[in-house]
Amino acid sequence: MRQSRALEIWVGAFVAAGLAALLMLAMKVSNITSYVQGGGYRVSAAFENIGGLTVRAPVRIAGVRIGRVSDIRYDGESFQAIVTMRIDDQYDYLPADTSASILTDGLLGENYIGLEPGGAEESLKDGDRIEITQSAMVLEKLIGQFLFGRSKGSGD
Amino acid sequence: MNQRITTTVLQRLGHWALGRLQRLGRGNLFLLHVVPGLPGLLARPGLMVQQTFAIGVLSLPIVVVAGLFVGMVLALQLYNTMVDFGAEQSLGPVVALSLVRELGPVVTALLFAGRAGSALAAEIGLMKATEQLSSMEMMAVDPLRRVVAPRLAGGILSLPLLSAIFSAVGISGGFLVATGLLGVDSNAYWSQMRANVDLFDDVANGVIKSVVFGVVVTWIAVFEGYDAAPTSEGVARATTRTVVNSSLAVLGLDFILTALMFGDNT
Amino acid sequence: MASEPPLVEIRGLRFEYSGRTIFDGIDIDIRRGGVTAIMGPSGTGKTTLLRLIGGQERPMSGCVRVDGMEVARLSRKRLYELRKRMGMLFQSGALLTDLSVFDNVAFPLREHTRLPEEMIRDLVLVKLQAVGLRGARDLMPAALSGGMARRVALARAIALDPMMIMYDEPFSGQDPISMGVLVKLIREINDALGMTTIIVSHDVHETAAIADYLYLLSEGRVVEHGTPARLQRSGSEWTRQFLNGLPDGPVPFHYPAPEFGVELLQP
Repeated sequence: MRQSRALEIWVGAFVAAGLAALLMLAMKVSNITSYVQGGGYRVSAAFENIGGLTVRAPVRIAGVRIGRVSDIRYDGESFQAIVTMRIDDQYDYLPADTSASILTDGLLGENYIGLEPGGAEESLKDGDRIEITQSAMVLEKLIGQFLFGRSKGSGD
Repeated sequence: MNQRITTTVLQRLGHWALGRLQRLGRGNLFLLHVVPGLPGLLARPGLMVQQTFAIGVLSLPIVVVAGLFVGMVLALQLYNTMVDFGAEQSLGPVVALSLVRELGPVVTALLFAGRAGSALAAEIGLMKATEQLSSMEMMAVDPLRRVVAPRLAGGILSLPLLSAIFSAVGISGGFLVATGLLGVDSNAYWSQMRANVDLFDDVANGVIKSVVFGVVVTWIAVFEGYDAAPTSEGVARATTRTVVNSSLAVLGLDFILTALMFGDNT
Repeated sequence: MASEPPLVEIRGLRFEYSGRTIFDGIDIDIRRGGVTAIMGPSGTGKTTLLRLIGGQERPMSGCVRVDGMEVARLSRKRLYELRKRMGMLFQSGALLTDLSVFDNVAFPLREHTRLPEEMIRDLVLVKLQAVGLRGARDLMPAALSGGMARRVALARAIALDPMMIMYDEPFSGQDPISMGVLVKLIREINDALGMTTIIVSHDVHETAAIADYLYLLSEGRVVEHGTPARLQRSGSEWTRQFLNGLPDGPVPFHYPAPEFGVELLQP
């Protein structure tokens, strides 16, 4: 019983180290920020084809991540994919005529949404829709176009 | 003649299977008797502290060293493959995911089985062989509550913490190798990691795994010790069985848990 | 005293262990306040008898009553209550190896009472003083000799001032001095604390010297019982062989075997 103080200190240090490790895994390793900053505002966009885009894919503007894809669903009436993204609150000035395209990070990287700011005075607000979109490039289609030399409208 | 051999083989098999089942049943009953003793531990934190020290703190060195090296090796190996695809920016997330989802919980549980599980089984088995458990019973002290319950609780508390430490140290070790040796950008290492590791899907699932492993490994260890034949040979067998059975249980459960947690992601 | 019911009553006790009959219907009475010794050759299940009294084993038939309660029928809680009033000294001492001498003796007090630490200290020192090991209180069990370990275990067994104490082979493997110390302690503690003592042993002289009453067990039965003086004058050949340690007699020197000459001639 005499060494119980030393034992307690050791165990305390051990538990603290374990919790610190868990904290590090949560804060530094994982995307806790996207859960903690639950705020932000949502905008949606319709795409003909989203390629390999997944929920939680980054939304970037000028290469900087400003939000994440929060929901993807298929709209049976327009035959389009409706992608909802959550933009962090601090980026609250996006012109209303901003365009969205689905891009790929490097040749084999993941898909993300790249935003291209327009010139409008008004800004996008929660629930707004981005009207100008460009679908993901589907490699097979590109190759097809290249091989047959046909110049089909690339804007889809 | 042939028929006789067949029936003998079948009989042996049946005998073996029944023996296994019986052991499993006894193990479950044993756990059932120990669990009611767990809440009582809150009144005596001293017992928990002692066992957490013996089980958790003393396993720390091996876990830290192993985590560091596993992380460093992982970074080296993965880098060599990934650099061919120009994907070395993704080194951070791949190291982190491997550790957090898989290697952290599993390797820590295996080390834990070897380091703490065997010690637990041997300690309890020896206490049985030297009549210490019997003498406690005669002093009207229930060894399941006084001896087994604090060890079980200590193990269940320790393994998740050890796993988290293993993963954290491993990721840091990977970072050291990636940035110091391989020239990966340190910002890319962390930011790619944050972009690709999910708090719930990856980190929390890893923690759940390690909690399950903590329960199973410690349970097997204390049961084998308590169930050991009270001889030196019996204690030796209990120790071996603890390491073998809990390692197999960890690997088997890991597959099941992985299938349940990550199987539907595709 | 004769009118008082015995503290432990064993009636028609039958017990088997892995197919072997250990007890085949034995009756034993342990009188209050006395030292009763149960003797017999090794392997007659004397230790098992103590485990039956302590409720660690259940009889196949017959009953063991302690202080009027049938041990095998007690609920767990009642059994544990009863055990608090029993002390038992295991052959090995069975000290808890991770606790010091002091903490070993304090163990039952800490587990069963809510006494303040100073009081526990006083009680432990009193018990250790009684066995003459107050100075050894900070040693770990591994540092004790066999005799000292048994004395510590004795101090631990009487820590809660039980009504009875059971000794399992207290004298085996002791040097003459420790043996003398233990003989004196067992008698003194019994008389000073007004306890009932049961000794299980095959050390005839030491046991006969302190026992008030002897039971001789062999092959699952009570062979004879009585005061040591009466048994010394017993007419039974077996009793004479056992008490005097004769190499041959009703218990043959040879383990049952075919005729030696016949076996030698076999190929």
